Amino acid sequence: MASRARAGNVGRSVPRLEGPEKVEGRARYVDDLRFPGMLHGRTIRAPHPCGRLRAVRLGPGGLPLGLVVVGPRDIPGDNVIATIEDDQPALAWGEIRHAEEPVLLLAHADREALWAIPAEVDMIPGTPVFDPLASPRVFKQIRIAKGDAAAALRRAPVVVEGEYRTGAQEHVYIEPQGVIAVPENGGITIHGSLQCPYYVHKALCRLLRLPPDKVRVIQVETGGGFGGKEDYPSVIAGHAALLALKARRPVKMVYDRGEDMRATTKRHPSIVRLRSAFSRDGTLLALEAQVVMDGGAYVTLSPVVLSRGVLHASGPYRCPAVAIEGRAVMTNTPPNGAFRGFGAPQTLFAIEAHMDRCAQQLGIDPVKLREKNAFRPGDVTATGQKLPKDTAALPVLREAVRRSDYHRKRIAWAGTGRGIGLSLFFHGSGFTGAGEVRLASKASLELTPKGVRILVASTEIGQGTRTMLAQIVADTLGWPLSAVEVAPADTGLVPDSGPTVASRTCMIVGGILQKAARELKRKLGRAKPAQYLARHGALVVTGQYEKPAEIQWDEERYRGDAYGTYGWGCDVVELEVDPVTREVRPLKLTAVQEIGKAIHPGLARGQVEGGSAQGLGWALSEEVVMRDGRMANAQLTNYMVPTTKDTPEMDVTILGLGYRHGPFGAKGLGELPMDGPAPAVVNALRHAGFDVREVPATPERLLRCASR
Amino acid sequence: MKTAASALHLLRPESPAQALQWMRERAPLQPLAGGTDLYVALNFGTCPARAFLDLSRLGAWRGIKVERDGGLRIGALATFAEIRDHKGVAKALPALCAAAREIGGAQIQNRATIAGNLANASPAADSAPVLLAADAVVELVSVSGVRRVPVAEFFLGYRRTALQPDELIQAVVIPTPPRAGQWYFRKVGTRAANAISKVVFCGVRGPQPRIALGSVGPVPLRARRAEAALAAGEPVETAVAALQQDIAPIDDLRSTAEYRRFVAAGLLRQFWERTASPVRRPVRRR
Repeated sequence: MASRARAGNVGRSVPRLEGPEKVEGRARYVDDLRFPGMLHGRTIRAPHPCGRLRAVRLGPGGLPLGLVVVGPRDIPGDNVIATIEDDQPALAWGEIRHAEEPVLLLAHADREALWAIPAEVDMIPGTPVFDPLASPRVFKQIRIAKGDAAAALRRAPVVVEGEYRTGAQEHVYIEPQGVIAVPENGGITIHGSLQCPYYVHKALCRLLRLPPDKVRVIQVETGGGFGGKEDYPSVIAGHAALLALKARRPVKMVYDRGEDMRATTKRHPSIVRLRSAFSRDGTLLALEAQVVMDGGAYVTLSPVVLSRGVLHASGPYRCPAVAIEGRAVMTNTPPNGAFRGFGAPQTLFAIEAHMDRCAQQLGIDPVKLREKNAFRPGDVTATGQKLPKDTAALPVLREAVRRSDYHRKRIAWAGTGRGIGLSLFFHGSGFTGAGEVRLASKASLELTPKGVRILVASTEIGQGTRTMLAQIVADTLGWPLSAVEVAPADTGLVPDSGPTVASRTCMIVGGILQKAARELKRKLGRAKPAQYLARHGALVVTGQYEKPAEIQWDEERYRGDAYGTYGWGCDVVELEVDPVTREVRPLKLTAVQEIGKAIHPGLARGQVEGGSAQGLGWALSEEVVMRDGRMANAQLTNYMVPTTKDTPEMDVTILGLGYRHGPFGAKGLGELPMDGPAPAVVNALRHAGFDVREVPATPERLLRCASR
Repeated sequence: MKTAASALHLLRPESPAQALQWMRERAPLQPLAGGTDLYVALNFGTCPARAFLDLSRLGAWRGIKVERDGGLRIGALATFAEIRDHKGVAKALPALCAAAREIGGAQIQNRATIAGNLANASPAADSAPVLLAADAVVELVSVSGVRRVPVAEFFLGYRRTALQPDELIQAVVIPTPPRAGQWYFRKVGTRAANAISKVVFCGVRGPQPRIALGSVGPVPLRARRAEAALAAGEPVETAVAALQQDIAPIDDLRSTAEYRRFVAAGLLRQFWERTASPVRRPVRRR
């Protein structure tokens, strides 16, 4: 087969490789798997948001025979969840920093007997901190400075100030967190629902004090992640592994929805204060931003969430003087973590809600104000990055305005209860700053008799990774898609391609694979795979990330090229506010997004539609209700994700200017669609007469903001 | 599921007589029809019952009948999908079709029954305000016989009903609707499907206007003061003020007392405005 060159998979919506298995119900998820002698695990959690742990008592009553109990003393390695800083224990002892913090682990063969065991956690409660502005502990502080913003703000004829807030958000992946830990070969194997096999691998080596070759992490078919399965799987896999090693039997831990919602990570709530200076004609002269992110009880990924947040805080606008100060702070709530967008949706919400207020104050049309100030190719960002040719702020803005008939509706709908609003946004593709250099990701191609097998740690979590990577490899080799298989994301088989996060899989890992495919083609020459294997034996080609020479980043001073490139987007939201109930009904969302080459246009549209729906939920109805540091509405009936009936018609346009370092010109996509809907919603609400500066803009909140 | 399923017992009577006998002899039994409320409680581990009476085989308690006088007799086990799609209900009590259409989602409507919605006695039960406004009567049955209790007297307090431990609901009877009556129903749950009501409102306009609400007090309730104001020909704003005396909403996970009062007032105005013309309008759908 391989002899006949046949390109043309890239840019076509080919059938998804794993599609039939999922549609026919054959795909097997963690809770479908059973191992001989398998036990079930349970986590005993702290009842109060802070204090000192005195004791955990099991009973009264006899404990079931065969019960396995794991406490902090049973941990063979370091009692930490290894991420950025090692402050989060796998099992708390002494100090408790958040409700639901794990304190003891149990396992038993009989799930019912396991859950029937009474457990009392005895604590001396302390005084919790829930308001991030009152937090005594700063996890990370970042400053970005360009020019003299303070001086410009003093001198400017027009200064606009505002505070903007965003709430926590729950991922609501369809499949809750779950793993099975199997003790084997003197170590441990994890089968789990997860995004980043090598993150779990690293955390387990540390927790269990095992060498890398004794820890194996296999991703099972995963029912969604959205960032929620970036960091937390290290916790649940650690727990299951501790139980399994002590029990010497496989242990399954699968959270139910309530435990998943109460105990696992959320999007960081944020408070952003902005001051911006303009000339009378609307030229942006200076911007000052103070960004506060609520990190929850432990550092986890907050420093990098904050980093992406502050790097997007000045929005897609040229500005000669910028002063950004960001802080991620501790509160006594479960740690907040990765969630699609990773800090950028929060700060982009603030700047984009702010821009419409600025336009109002300046008496300038919001589109004109953005056109005047939007980045052009060659402009320089707050960190001093000179923007590349594919900078597409103006093209997406103009196309979205045109397609949505924004100007006409803006006039026609005034005072009708309908509103139309837009947001202009961008999203850095790949890891921030020197992140990709530090990761030094690898990806391999293994020659098979029929073609080639992709070996990557990048995971399929519903977004189409396998299909998209196979398209890139097939077209680079000039082979049909059927000649390409994708190995399971199993650390025993695949190299460390870095985590499946940060809109990096297509652009970065796809790029490494493209290089590997070119090398494979060179090595193969004119031989067919089977011929080559017969003559020379096995062939594995491994590519590694190479930084394009022109990308420079200074981590100390926060100067330079924050990202290799950016995706660009403009969303227009049309909505209606019910005068009786203040319920907001989105009528239409027009999304124009520039992502370089869309490898698989169908999947790309799916990402834009899904991300936009998720953004609308965050904007309008998804509210995490915290009471005494615990999520009080940890049920899908009371945490309101939009249904299809709540999701408006979407007009999605994908522009592709192309990025020269991306495979076939592709950039990142996954997170970009999350950035636009919330500010477009509040700007449409402003048009409809509601001065909203906080999401979710629930009817209850709209009632207050109108009666104020 | 948090509740240990192996500790649960299920009795499956073949006839209403057997069901009633078991309700008396094997008490306490938790009747189980569609299960859409019970399974949630079992999953959360908050359902105290351990013995259940499966009503699904009792065909005698199914079915919807239009009576000669134009009233309705709805079997206890009629599902909301059946009610939603029933032409007779659409004609006699369109607000009940509208309520049925907005209970949960399609899957819930396929399972959930009208008697279950009443017996569960949630203040947010979407069918309850319609039945209250329709002056419906619940037929309670036990081995001792049948009792007829107006829906208005059925709810005794938060999640408490007039059902005796050995009684089951046999049917819901809706008297002839007022000829000139104009119906209005609206559920406010913020999400378009699978939402629990923040406020649910049903009004019927006739010589004696009848108004009922859910989620604004410990039980679904009739707004008697507001009704009286409207019946006396007072301006609607007087009725709106009276309505605030009828209801006692609270802040909870789903909404605030402030919002519920605001919405209840708005719905009363909308009801009065939309039913002002004598022409019968279709019941509003969101």
